[in-house]
Amino acid sequence: MKTTRIMIVAVGGQGNILAARVLGEAAAASGIPFRMSEFHGMAQRGGVVESMVLLGEGKGYCIADGETDVLLGFEPSETIRAAKKCSSRSVVITSTSQLPPFTVAMGQDRYPDVKQAIESMAGHVSKLITLDATSLALQAGSAQAGNMVMLGALAGSGILPIELKTFRNMIRTKTKPQFTEVNLIAFDLGTFAVNFSRTE
Amino acid sequence: MHILLRDKPGEQMLLLGNEAIARGALEAGVAFAAAYPGTPSSEIALQFFQISRETDLYFEYSANEKVSLEMAAGAAMCGLKTMATMKHVGVNVAADALMTLAYTGIKGALVVVAADDPFMFSSQNEQDTRWYGKLSGLPILEPSTVDEAREMTVKAFELSEMLELPVILRTTTRINHASGMVTLGPLGKRTIQGHFEKKPMDYVCIPAVSRRLHPRLLDKIARAAAFSDQSSLNRIEGSGKWGIVCNGVSYGYVSDALNELDMTDRFRVLRVGFSHPFPENRVRQFLDGCETVLVAEEGEPYMEEAIRNCAQRFGMMLPIHGKGETLFSKLYEFDPLMVKTVIASCFDLPFSPPVPIPVDTLPQVPDRPPNLCPGCPHRATYAAVREVFGDEAIYPTDIGCYTLGLLPPLHMGDFLIAMGAGIGSAGGFSRATGRKVVAFIGDSTFFHSGLSPLASAVYNNHDFMVVVLDNGTTGMTGHQPHPGVDLTHLNMDRTPISIESAVKGLGVKKVITVNPFKFRKTVEAVRELSRFQGVSVLIAKAGCPLYEKTLPGFRKKQVFQVNPAKCRSHKDCVGKIACPAFFVSEGMVKIDTERCTGCTVCVQICPENAILPVSRKEVRQ
Repeated sequence: MKTTRIMIVAVGGQGNILAARVLGEAAAASGIPFRMSEFHGMAQRGGVVESMVLLGEGKGYCIADGETDVLLGFEPSETIRAAKKCSSRSVVITSTSQLPPFTVAMGQDRYPDVKQAIESMAGHVSKLITLDATSLALQAGSAQAGNMVMLGALAGSGILPIELKTFRNMIRTKTKPQFTEVNLIAFDLGTFAVNFSRTE
Repeated sequence: MHILLRDKPGEQMLLLGNEAIARGALEAGVAFAAAYPGTPSSEIALQFFQISRETDLYFEYSANEKVSLEMAAGAAMCGLKTMATMKHVGVNVAADALMTLAYTGIKGALVVVAADDPFMFSSQNEQDTRWYGKLSGLPILEPSTVDEAREMTVKAFELSEMLELPVILRTTTRINHASGMVTLGPLGKRTIQGHFEKKPMDYVCIPAVSRRLHPRLLDKIARAAAFSDQSSLNRIEGSGKWGIVCNGVSYGYVSDALNELDMTDRFRVLRVGFSHPFPENRVRQFLDGCETVLVAEEGEPYMEEAIRNCAQRFGMMLPIHGKGETLFSKLYEFDPLMVKTVIASCFDLPFSPPVPIPVDTLPQVPDRPPNLCPGCPHRATYAAVREVFGDEAIYPTDIGCYTLGLLPPLHMGDFLIAMGAGIGSAGGFSRATGRKVVAFIGDSTFFHSGLSPLASAVYNNHDFMVVVLDNGTTGMTGHQPHPGVDLTHLNMDRTPISIESAVKGLGVKKVITVNPFKFRKTVEAVRELSRFQGVSVLIAKAGCPLYEKTLPGFRKKQVFQVNPAKCRSHKDCVGKIACPAFFVSEGMVKIDTERCTGCTVCVQICPENAILPVSRKEVRQ
């Protein structure tokens, strides 16, 4: 299989490392070789968390600028920050739920006009899908399940050669039992949203 | 049962690089391990800590890397298989012991993991640990993948046992924090009972002994060089006329680049996995028939220089490229595109790089600098010290979460280089300027390397204040215990050492311990200490809120909110302490009650007393 590169960006606490891990397990269960790496500089203290997942043959653990096939953004301003990873062939799936950086919350900095920026990004990539992961996660039963909504959106987008049921199995076996039900609902809401949401 | 104890050889498991290293050690039969935590190495020690609680593996968090290495060395001298794990700068701390341990050698086995951090994701420098191989004479192995991290750890133990020398397993962040499928090998048998045979004329490094031991080390290095030449870890792939030498993660980038450029038949690749002693005869074989060589290595030109040496020695005149303005940089991490671009330019190959979408029309996204957490006691201490000294004092600081005190509005941190160097440098600042100096140090760092500079300062009659930011844990790296931490809640019998007693024992005549969440009392204590001539110590003692949440019996404290009727927008709360639980809405400061921990520092500094408890009833709503 040709390498498919998936860049996941989020804010510390949004659970993207778990999402990447479930994606990896689902790839493994589908017999697809994969590699991944994470960067979490002081994530618990409000920093940015990045995961890079590479599916298919190959040996590198890293995604360079302009190289990603998919940019999965858990937070819209982080999606914009990571825009340089995309080329005209990239698919972008981003949540629209905002988590302003602390400096913005304190009124010392300005949160960008993400709506306009995302529209502008949409004109340069092959496909851009938006969804409100936090409200879907709340519908599923927990704001913490936004990562599973985003994973569902990725899984439901049809970009990856991994079946939805494989993801569901991995959520059942690899996430904490007390959250399995909520996680599965959140995942399904994500798969549903990606097929019915506005594609820019 | 811990997942790494799964005894199913041949089975595959998704592991983090650091978990793969711990697994490799278990497969090799590691019986004794010690560490001081440090990113990106910390998760290796975490596995050992957990596993030691359910097996007879001995593991300890030692006070610093030097102690952990010496601990492992002692056990290895008795024939045990041992490991010490540390980040790259930790090797500097352990280096004094390491250099002469190379002379005595060891029985059993000793593998030292040295985790480098190119790009300095969470480090103060990006030194290249491979030079320690040359400096000490010790063998170095470097994995290129997560699966190989497991395999090479096993090999490192074998090599250590064979040569009776410590072996360094050198990784980079992109291996430690990468994940991939690992094929499990059989678990090794642990031998936990050692035997020490006295041989003072071999082990006690007085000059007469060391003069005999140094040649013995040179013999071992020669044997190691022969192993390195024969090792499958140094392998040649392809037989083209153009050569690329690579190691660690750069091997993956090179391999992917040649495949994507469809150029595998034009190249030969030497992957160096056993990098000290350098495999000179393997290199000769590689260079023979090669027209041009490019060396792809992150960090320093370690291999490039070694290859130039080989070429000179073997009378070969081919061009050798590596670091250079249009080639590779010594700085930061590599990425696949950079490696592909340099290969294409060096060998004049057609290559059209992927074009990133235009980003100059996109708005600037504000940074997300990490910040002291809501309820962090360090913020309270910093605010109190700033209340007394403002910008007048010089603030040497140290390594830990509290380094974040550097950021506005606290601005507490004027000099930072190494663990313990806050106290160490304070006397220099104070003597050279005559200004007030306040040195900050965390509790874990205090035990790591704060004791000797403090003793030195007391003895030499220096004049400065030390603030020990005692949050009862090693916060930055994930809440590992240190010699001040009680572990009764884990049913672990440890003897916590009181920092106050330690400080007094070192002869400090003026010591005050405060709870920094009592803001005015803390300010008063700082004032009182500021009037003292000599070395004084403030111990600001209150738990890390992230750690406390994990302890049994934790209950969230009552949280607070701003009463809009009373708030007159002085914004002292934002201007002095800037807790991340604050946000500004319609010009007024509000508190996110989800994030508020109830530490009450803002309550105490609000001039209008406008920050009031949220009643339990309101919380429920």
